[in-house]
Amino acid sequence: MSDQAISGLAMAAAAKPARRPWVQHSILPGFGLSLGITLTYLAAIVVLPLIALAVRPWELGLSGVWHELSAPRVAAALRLSFGLSALAALLNAPLGVLLAWTLTRYVFPGRRILDALVDLPFALPTAVAGIALTAIYAPTGPLGALAAKLGVKTAYSPLGIFIALVFIGLPFVVRSLQPVLQDLDQEVEEAATTLGANALQRAVRVILPALAPSLISGVSLAFARAVGEYGSVVFIAGNLPGKTEIAPLLIVIKLEQYDYAGAAAVGLAMVTISFGSLAAINWLQLTFAGRGRA
Amino acid sequence: MSVAARPIPTTRLPGLAVVLVLASAIVMAALVLLPLFVVFRDAFAKGLGKYLAAITEPDAVSAIKLTLLVAAIAVPLNAAFGVAAAWCIAKFEFRGKGVLLTLIDLPFSMSPVVSGLVWVLLFGAQGWFGTWLIDHDVKIIFATTGLVLATVLVTFPFVARELIPLMQDQGSDEEAAALTLGAGGFTTFWKITLPNIRWALLYGVLLCNARAMGEFGAVSVVSGHIRGLTTTLPLHVEVLYNDYDFVGAFAAASLLASLGLVTLVLKTGLEWRHSDELSANRRH
Repeated sequence: MSDQAISGLAMAAAAKPARRPWVQHSILPGFGLSLGITLTYLAAIVVLPLIALAVRPWELGLSGVWHELSAPRVAAALRLSFGLSALAALLNAPLGVLLAWTLTRYVFPGRRILDALVDLPFALPTAVAGIALTAIYAPTGPLGALAAKLGVKTAYSPLGIFIALVFIGLPFVVRSLQPVLQDLDQEVEEAATTLGANALQRAVRVILPALAPSLISGVSLAFARAVGEYGSVVFIAGNLPGKTEIAPLLIVIKLEQYDYAGAAAVGLAMVTISFGSLAAINWLQLTFAGRGRA
Repeated sequence: MSVAARPIPTTRLPGLAVVLVLASAIVMAALVLLPLFVVFRDAFAKGLGKYLAAITEPDAVSAIKLTLLVAAIAVPLNAAFGVAAAWCIAKFEFRGKGVLLTLIDLPFSMSPVVSGLVWVLLFGAQGWFGTWLIDHDVKIIFATTGLVLATVLVTFPFVARELIPLMQDQGSDEEAAALTLGAGGFTTFWKITLPNIRWALLYGVLLCNARAMGEFGAVSVVSGHIRGLTTTLPLHVEVLYNDYDFVGAFAAASLLASLGLVTLVLKTGLEWRHSDELSANRRH
């Protein structure tokens, strides 16, 4: 509606010719049918459920929702989920650059297998990854025992959650960077070398700026995935209220207590904060891309 | 998705290259490969006999059957939707396309738990339609229907997301030619479009199926964990693990890990052999 109003204003101002039609004519058949199927399916599977999520919390009233979200246990869970997800996504950045770089720039035996294995965290069902990571980092597990000797608690602590989030986020960063590294013009690097740049200068002044937009988008995808992650985290977390309890688990607990409105409030808060941060990152990325072109 | 073609051999700094390749291998081994190894190690920790017993006990078998049933309903539905959505989005110009694309991408940025939660808000005992459903004796939450709905919501972008960019690249010249030569709409789709998109369709179905069978968060919210009735294989893993039946849990997990590995192999094979018939970001 506002769209129409705006284009109406634009027409009046610029005296533009007739507006773009809703549907451009095409010789191909099936537009009505395919659009009908798509809209019906989306309405039933996405829109109706999301309306329930958006409306349900407010039966508590505005102050009720605020009370729900500011409760120490809920606030701690939201802080933990978003904070650890941000940290994990940040660690994914150097790890992702390292893997994407070696996979695109060097020839070595096993490269294609290593490349395919990057998708393993996508391919492994989350519950499987969850119990496997727990077995590894529990005090009796191979790496958990090692860390315990150094006096570090991994599983059943925020560090354990962090490791699980790094695991599931890694492919997003690698897969975002690879196409860019592949297409990056080697001549630019050679030119920099000719002009006297050393390896470090080349990396920081030439390669990194070219990677920045896709690095940001890879890191933000990893972040978004980590915030909502449940299966691979819930086993290793320990799930101590206020300490190692993640936000998605709190939704599950509230539902088990038939506190639908409370669960919906936490869910709506998660979705809102996720979309908000994704939009902010998007804006940041556009700014970077603009600077790269200029 | 992987783009490792045409590696550019770097002759400068071979020492650094060795260090970086070793570092990458160590990161991958410790972070990604070790969990896979541990699944199989712990599944066979008490020997092959215990392993086989764990995956053939009645609850495990019914979990496997339920997982297959849910995927058998959810995947074809999402494949059909994916083809329809890609047809109208890629082949026609209309306003509001951006909104459609955003809605299709939405489940990817939603927590799986929220994808389960929304169905409870609609159909749970205290959901909007809860009372009506109880009055009419229809069970959705804590039943197979709920599992299917949650799985459909989590997995529906996979096929559409593969097909839309590919069909946009392909344009509609070939279809237009067929129609001009007198072919009907259905014949055109069957003989021109479908052969053009078959590998991308298969690729999307593969990813969709792997996620459908492995989904945990969304189904865990709507399942109620009724053993032998509403536990899919991933939920069966959770139930056994929480009962300290580690061999059983890892044995069931090993089946899911194998599914993941097979998917990975097939997907990589498609990327290598039919790269020109997949959407551009999947090409090798």
